[in-house]
Amino acid sequence: MSKTPVTSSRAPVPRIVWPIIALALVLGFNLLFTHGFCQIEVRDGRLYGSLIDIIDRAGPVMLVSIGMTLVIATAGIDLSVGAVMAIAGAVAAGLVAQPDYSVLSNFDVGGSFVIAAVAALLISAIAGAGNGTLVAICGVQPIVATLILMVAGRGVAQLLTSGQIITFENESFAYLGNGFLLALPVTVSIVLVVFIIVSLLTRKTALGLFVEAVGGNPVASRHAGLRSGAVKIAVYTVCGLLAGLAGLIAAADIKAADANNAGLYIELDAILAVVIGGTALTGGRFSLAGSIIGALLIQALTTTILSRGVPVEYTLVVKGAVVIAVCLLQAERFRSMFLHVVRRRT
Amino acid sequence: MRPLHRIGALCMFAAAAMLVVSCQDSEQDDAAVGGDAEKTITVGFSQIGAESAWRTAETESIRSEAANRGVNLKFSDAQQKQENQIKALRAFIAQQVDAIILAPVVETGWEPILREVRSAGIPVILVDRGVNVSDDSLFATLIASDFVEEGRMAAMWLVEKMDGTGNVVELKGTTGSAPAIDREKGFHEILDAQPGMTIIKSQTGEFTRAKGKEVMEAFLKAEGDRIDAVYAHNDDMAIGAIQAIEEAGRTPGTDVIVVSIDGVRAAFEAMVAGKLNCTVECSPLLGPAAFDAIEAVLAGETLPKNTVVNDRIFDQSTAEAELPNRRY
Repeated sequence: MSKTPVTSSRAPVPRIVWPIIALALVLGFNLLFTHGFCQIEVRDGRLYGSLIDIIDRAGPVMLVSIGMTLVIATAGIDLSVGAVMAIAGAVAAGLVAQPDYSVLSNFDVGGSFVIAAVAALLISAIAGAGNGTLVAICGVQPIVATLILMVAGRGVAQLLTSGQIITFENESFAYLGNGFLLALPVTVSIVLVVFIIVSLLTRKTALGLFVEAVGGNPVASRHAGLRSGAVKIAVYTVCGLLAGLAGLIAAADIKAADANNAGLYIELDAILAVVIGGTALTGGRFSLAGSIIGALLIQALTTTILSRGVPVEYTLVVKGAVVIAVCLLQAERFRSMFLHVVRRRT
Repeated sequence: MRPLHRIGALCMFAAAAMLVVSCQDSEQDDAAVGGDAEKTITVGFSQIGAESAWRTAETESIRSEAANRGVNLKFSDAQQKQENQIKALRAFIAQQVDAIILAPVVETGWEPILREVRSAGIPVILVDRGVNVSDDSLFATLIASDFVEEGRMAAMWLVEKMDGTGNVVELKGTTGSAPAIDREKGFHEILDAQPGMTIIKSQTGEFTRAKGKEVMEAFLKAEGDRIDAVYAHNDDMAIGAIQAIEEAGRTPGTDVIVVSIDGVRAAFEAMVAGKLNCTVECSPLLGPAAFDAIEAVLAGETLPKNTVVNDRIFDQSTAEAELPNRRY
């Protein structure tokens, strides 16, 4: 509790307001200027439209950013999530499809998706726990500890697939990425369930307070009797597990495990989503809902750019400009400077 | 701080162990060469890495061709790093190889090392990618596919298939990469001359399935049933696009024509299934051409600076017969 931010005497605006405004602006812009963007129709009993695409496509980033939020709240960071996604996809696809060039063909699971998925998630959680152990017990800086797995993990995934793209024909696996539940993509339900569970665990039990305490002031929280090491290992494990789940969805989406590209640079999108959502990289207070909004904002931007036909060369510039705008809006000092200038003019 | 020291020491130990192991490896290699270096020719091959099935197929082609011709091949995998390739070339000079095959990872920065190689009197054959040098006598020849021509071939096939009318969307490769630039150029060159055909949307799918699918989904939402054909800069993006088309309730291959480039095995399977219409082969099997060039150079011939690999085009009518021959 040592990190109470110094704010003005007015009641502070909740930080989550800013990303919500940005998301509303992006969607409003499309409503006015992009033909058919906000149209949702029913095809074969499923909802179909760009808005549905946004929540579907944002699924993996939302899952990863939930885990990333917890890690960042402990003043850590996890760069290895993309590599863990690749490993999870490779393990599950390799076990289900049993291609003869992959070492995974030595483990026969009888084509069972459930066993393959459990194995993939278990490995992802172990990878996350490894990160946590390096950080909490060995005292390695989080950025270094997870950088190791970011680099090596993709190598592991490539070894598992022998550098090939493993394609599979498995109905239940493909359902995870392409299926529909209650007329919505199944990813929406998965993200919702994960979000509710993590929110309940962090808001209705003391766990959330532990996480914030460890991030806010690790020394003080240890003196207060908190096992900060255990908390750190737990959040990195959750982050790995969720990255694994995202990896399964990404693989199911294209019915293939692409070890070279699955989850590539997703760590950057996830960190961005967390920052946009109002969680500070210095740790302490966090907002899961903010991260979800952040992930939706990033995907809404991407989908907007794709459907409006912005020339490829400008894509990243447009994205960057919007992100800078959101981050500036969040900065208290910038807002007061801005208001100051505006007031002078009028 | 204590644990940090220990980890540091561990890392150093691991690094030292790796060094010892790699030294042993190269020594073994040297010994193998020493035995029969007198009669057979020795060729050094510096490969970029093993990042895709295409590249693995290229390595395999050069290796097996070397074995066929009784050439002693010294293989070096650069793991995507130019400095590793430069080190490998220096090692090849020290080992006095007869010729060098180089698949350069980037275009720039080759001038000094290629000068060293030339002063050692070793000819260099470039495969699949070019280098930017002021003096083109630094290499004997470049053996590669003509990406612009691949784009033209795809466009010409599409124009004929669609009788010169229709709306096309384009899934481009990684922005700025040579194949993406050239495949776009060749395709546009042909299509711009067709008044009835328009490229209505064009975006990068980064050469991957996932991105190809995502971009195609957005295109289908924005343009709906106006899309008559898709042109993808590689097969993987086309396969992603096919899934997006199916999920939108349309039939790829009939409702929407799909054309791509590369000719990997998965593309042939998709053609046999009727979902992909056509693919232009970009062959990685450069081994025979590379060793033909080496033999010619060693016999004192001068080669043209560009040896263009003849790429073939396959559609659904020829796919099934070709599928068993696909090795990558």
